[in-house]
Amino acid sequence: MIHFPALIVVVPLMASFFIFAFGLFQRRVCFPLMLGTLAACLVFAAGSLWAVLSAGQPVHYYLGAWDPPWGIEYVVDHLNGLVLLALAVVCLLAGIYSKTMVEREVPVAKHAPFYALFVLQATGLFGMTVTGDMFNLYVLLEIASFSAYALIGMGEGAAPFAAFRYMIFGTLGACAYLLGVGYLYIITGSLNMADLRQILPPLYQSQALIVGFAFLIVGTGVKMAFFPVHTWLPDSYTLAPSSVSVLLAPTFTKVGAYVLIRILFTVFDPSFSTTLLPATQVLGWIAVAGILFSSILALAQADLKRMLCYLIVTEIGYIGIGVACGNRLGLIGATFHIVNDIFMMAGLFMAVGAIQAHFRTRNAHELTGVHRKMPVTSGVLVICGLSVIGVPPTCGFFSKWYLLLGTIQAEQWVFMGVLLLGSLLNAILFFRIFERMYFEAHHDIPPRRREPGTTFERAAVSEFAPMVVTAAFIILLGLFNERIVSGILAFAIPPGF
Amino acid sequence: MTDFILSKYNYWIYVILIMIGFYGMMAKNNLMKKLIGMTIFQWSIILFYISIGSKKGGTVPIIDPSLHPAIRAVDYINPLPHVLMLTAIVVGVATTGIALSLLILIYRKYGTVEEDEILEALKK
Repeated sequence: MIHFPALIVVVPLMASFFIFAFGLFQRRVCFPLMLGTLAACLVFAAGSLWAVLSAGQPVHYYLGAWDPPWGIEYVVDHLNGLVLLALAVVCLLAGIYSKTMVEREVPVAKHAPFYALFVLQATGLFGMTVTGDMFNLYVLLEIASFSAYALIGMGEGAAPFAAFRYMIFGTLGACAYLLGVGYLYIITGSLNMADLRQILPPLYQSQALIVGFAFLIVGTGVKMAFFPVHTWLPDSYTLAPSSVSVLLAPTFTKVGAYVLIRILFTVFDPSFSTTLLPATQVLGWIAVAGILFSSILALAQADLKRMLCYLIVTEIGYIGIGVACGNRLGLIGATFHIVNDIFMMAGLFMAVGAIQAHFRTRNAHELTGVHRKMPVTSGVLVICGLSVIGVPPTCGFFSKWYLLLGTIQAEQWVFMGVLLLGSLLNAILFFRIFERMYFEAHHDIPPRRREPGTTFERAAVSEFAPMVVTAAFIILLGLFNERIVSGILAFAIPPGF
Repeated sequence: MTDFILSKYNYWIYVILIMIGFYGMMAKNNLMKKLIGMTIFQWSIILFYISIGSKKGGTVPIIDPSLHPAIRAVDYINPLPHVLMLTAIVVGVATTGIALSLLILIYRKYGTVEEDEILEALKK
């Protein structure tokens, strides 16, 4: 039990090598191995969170028994414990979902590398969440990014090109982060987050510190697809194989958002990030522009998957607004939204992936009649859509509610207005889709041409089950929001608020 | 002014290199040149970290009793940034590997690595 924070990184890291090695001889073992690893990670994540909740304080793990600040420290507290659990659940569900999808989308010879990368991706994400060391975070960020580039490169059409562009951008972001760590190291001589928090306050006027801070924020901003530097996201996530975008789209950007919160409020003092250097204010105004821009662009997309990609940028904007409020309620909203959005995006991408595989279209205008052929998938799409709009009792309503309360308490009326306007635009977006799905075809659009001889095949259980579980999580997170907020998130808010 | 530049010449080299790399990544049309720019960008950061760790008159960080009876940190180069860069070098090699394999895929598909020609092919 005490080793869980380390095991959640070590086990999948080792497993990815084994999957690759065994896959060379017997490719059938890859899928069960991957599933077993991710299930073990779920146990580790749940165990770590349980340990934190029962002890009521963060769990520290010193790798190799080297005390911080010399060694690498892994920390699980209320904030990242919850994010870690959500990640582990979605990674496992994405793993189950990939079973039939991979056979459809990836050539047989590539199955072993695919699953090795899939697990490596999860390793990077878990590691970024659990680590308490700035440089270790960089290494795990790069592990996650590399797996993402390679997985996206396996996709359809121009996917290698999109992956290459993503890589140029992603490397720029990671290098900016690394430079930021370097500047902080020059003035403090430490890489440990908790140690930096102790050393930094007397240095808050230092120019090197401000430069380092700026580099860290820009670097994380690129990785979380914050508005002006989000341009890598739509192409790469749209063209990636469905099984890959189900894993990547919900998780990676949200882990980036978590890292941003960690840097702004844990490594630096909240008073520094909100008032001394009004970074959160700037982030808030950029997020406002991002929400408006991306939700309007999402409306303009006919391709469902590309539309969801713009929706991710919108959701990241909401999290940015929560951070910008700079108060307790806003931050509860932001962290709760991170968790909720992991599930919402997972559900949406799974549903769209299944529709693409079986209904053979991704065009929002050609969805007429999909509810008769695929009732469960359509239901999941509706639940997730309602959650993105923010309709109770889905979880999206409650996180937006806290975000709204945060903006009111901060008296940021523009932020509040944009939050409401963004939800309205999302409502237009989804109700247009629901109309196409459930009601008769419009006369001005010709009925979809189906290639002769193709028969409709039902979605497999391995596709249904994760979708239904995700939808159930969305409802349950909404119903038990009070418990989660008062039991976990209330303790997750960094001291200083 | 000259003294200011010369006394910290290693940092100036890092700044110049990182700018060259950034220019290559952003302005070049050829994807291979973009990749070269990216590599220069990464390696200039490695140079920066190595500069942080080194000290004038410092020696290898192995305690040597003959140097001075008491251990003084000034005598030894700080090994930590150098160790960190071992990891960063591995990261850089991995990036280059993935980038080259993606470029091969792109070249097979479009017969070119010029960005504008690929974008034109995508429009069709």
